[in-house]
Amino acid sequence: MSPVLAGVLQFLALAVALGLAYRPLGDYMAGVYSSTKHLRVEKWIYKAIGADPTTEMRWPAYLRGVLAFSFVSVLFLYLLQRVQGSLPGSLGFSSIDPDQAFNTAASFVSNTNWQSYYGEQAMGHVVQTGGLAVQNFLSASVGIAVAVALVRGFARSRTGELGNFWADLVRGTVRILIPIAAIAAVVLVACGAIQNFSGIHDVGQFLNEHSLGGSQQWNGGAVASQEAIKELGTNGGGYFNANSAHPFENPSGFSNLFEIFLILVIPFALTRTFGRMVGSIKQGYAILATMVTIWVGFTALMMWTEFHHGGPAFDIAGGAMEGKENRFGIAGSSIFSVATTLTSTGAVNSFHSSFTGFGGGITMLGMQLGEIAPGGTGSGLYGMLIMAIIAVFIAGLMVGRTPEYLGKKIGTRQIKFAACYILITPALVLCFTAAAMALPTPGNSMTNSGAHGFSEILYAYTSGANNNGSAFAGLNADTQWFNTTIGLAMLLGRFLPMVFVLALAGSLAEQKPVPETAGTLRTEKPLFSGLLVGTILIVAGLTYFPALALGPLAEGLAS
Amino acid sequence: MNNSVSSAGRLLWAGLRALLVMTVVCGVIYPLVVTGIAQAAFGNKANGSEIKENGKVVGSSLIGQTYNLPLKKGEETPAPDLKWFQPRPSNGLGSNSVNTQYTLILSGATNRSGDNADLIKWVTDAKAAVVKDNSVNGYTVKPSDVPADAVTSSGSGLDPAISPQYAKIQIHRIAALNHLTVDQVDKLVADHTSGRLLGFMSEPTVNVLELNVALRELTQK
Repeated sequence: MSPVLAGVLQFLALAVALGLAYRPLGDYMAGVYSSTKHLRVEKWIYKAIGADPTTEMRWPAYLRGVLAFSFVSVLFLYLLQRVQGSLPGSLGFSSIDPDQAFNTAASFVSNTNWQSYYGEQAMGHVVQTGGLAVQNFLSASVGIAVAVALVRGFARSRTGELGNFWADLVRGTVRILIPIAAIAAVVLVACGAIQNFSGIHDVGQFLNEHSLGGSQQWNGGAVASQEAIKELGTNGGGYFNANSAHPFENPSGFSNLFEIFLILVIPFALTRTFGRMVGSIKQGYAILATMVTIWVGFTALMMWTEFHHGGPAFDIAGGAMEGKENRFGIAGSSIFSVATTLTSTGAVNSFHSSFTGFGGGITMLGMQLGEIAPGGTGSGLYGMLIMAIIAVFIAGLMVGRTPEYLGKKIGTRQIKFAACYILITPALVLCFTAAAMALPTPGNSMTNSGAHGFSEILYAYTSGANNNGSAFAGLNADTQWFNTTIGLAMLLGRFLPMVFVLALAGSLAEQKPVPETAGTLRTEKPLFSGLLVGTILIVAGLTYFPALALGPLAEGLAS
Repeated sequence: MNNSVSSAGRLLWAGLRALLVMTVVCGVIYPLVVTGIAQAAFGNKANGSEIKENGKVVGSSLIGQTYNLPLKKGEETPAPDLKWFQPRPSNGLGSNSVNTQYTLILSGATNRSGDNADLIKWVTDAKAAVVKDNSVNGYTVKPSDVPADAVTSSGSGLDPAISPQYAKIQIHRIAALNHLTVDQVDKLVADHTSGRLLGFMSEPTVNVLELNVALRELTQK
């Protein structure tokens, strides 16, 4: 069997698995966020928090909950790293410097998981398992909560109430993320991912007499449990520097497909949850169709360019295997790289910087679409719904009538919120990239020169502001400039959009529904999905084309 | 004003309590339960899939190693010990830069782009070396026989496997240097080649450490 055919079959198997999980998981999640019952463990947690889960919140209160919780999380994670040197269970690792600790705290709380540190030599068990992995759960749960609040905005009328943030946070974690992650972690261990709490220990080698001190040193760690939620929560921060390319994180071809499945399963299934909650499964299918179209298209393009391997070094080698593992091959690496950049994951099983010029460009464009196909846990759905609002607005302009979506009028106020939402990330990406290129020192961090050097910096801010976390990792990002600016980009790129999403949700929930007429755009039809795909590509294309032309397009066309 | 300060304070206090209780759930209970199950059900895998040879651990079947001669004076990097099957290059591996009480190997890739001068040189040199090292006793390796994985570094730098093609072009060299017949080594490689799971998952690979362990057993018979 040719590697291309094997790759296509892998992709089809993945699609079938996702299809099988779609209905049960989507319906289950809809039930979780609509239920009025509380599990016993949840009641204990609410008691500890001191929150009443039945109190309905209007959007400002919901937003205050999100921001307060995230602020405390950043502070806690920062302090945990700053005192690592004095904590037991830290393998004797020293405390993290202030700029890097800020960057890492902002990174994990914002669901980005950008890493300017080397996991295996910097972070001990306490910070990894008790700090970073905890945010893998909670940042994902916050994302889903905000998405659900927006869906409630569409589903409810004449109220302005969006649910209770604490209840959504706790339920998402306890009822959705933990059970799936626990099962997934055991599956990963069965594949060979490690799961222990041993310290750094010596292990014998084949040629004892010649190696470093006659042995090799390995980290132990709770790797599988962190790996499972890292993918499931679209986080992406690796236990080891090599991330999911490391054999202890991603041991086999099967674990590779399984991890891609984990990345995509919640974001896709949330469209079903959305359809259920707004009372029309078909509306969910239309959003799903849009996501799938982009996902399939990007994967096909990536497979094509990576198998075609344009680039001087790859021509000599006879294949684009630099930065790729043999057990995954070109196909397994291409499928993973598209999944990770079309969601807010940023885990990598192969190194995007060593992809072909066009391949690197596809990973960047995936993030620049706003990570909505299917996007991060929660953030993908709300990002896509914002684009749907833009799309019905454009359709409304064409026929000269006030647009509606899901029975709600999309007026000036709603369009302003949506427009602010889609302007934030590009503004952060392009301004920070321009500043880094204009200043004399940031460029010293580049490993590659020319177009690819520029791409390293463009990629860094694209990844940060979109909360992805993957990198053109030749860039030495552990400098005060990059730690600080990427840290800011991650925080602003995560929480400013949430402000507009929740404000929009509030304004929608206050409205009374508009009856459907013959002139209403049928948003559950393929025509609308097509319009939505076009809108997404045009908005991102117009925004980023000049920057992409200077980086990956220039590199790809030259090879 | 006082009112809003105190309500912000109350909110942050609630946030902190939520974080602490969720840290216990997600950061203590969850990993401990998973570790318990993992250690009970998959002990060897959970601890790193170690391989033993005559009762002595010689590494992990998942982690690639180097098979080099001792570093000679004047050399920057040790020469490969050609008696053994050679793994992929690993130019992206790093060494410990903080917490230097350990001598950790940092997993990682080179992150060089396709048009990078370093990468072009590494690939060119590696290709020449693979052709030279493996052309023995009348068997000649053509540059077009050398697969891409033989001259490129993997993503982790710890790739435990090589492609069957790369194993194949090493067979004559291994046979010559270990005084074995080509058929013997050929069979060894065939026995250690894993195909795709269910015919389509993963790529066909040869695990270098397992192959070298079997080779050592064969030569010591």
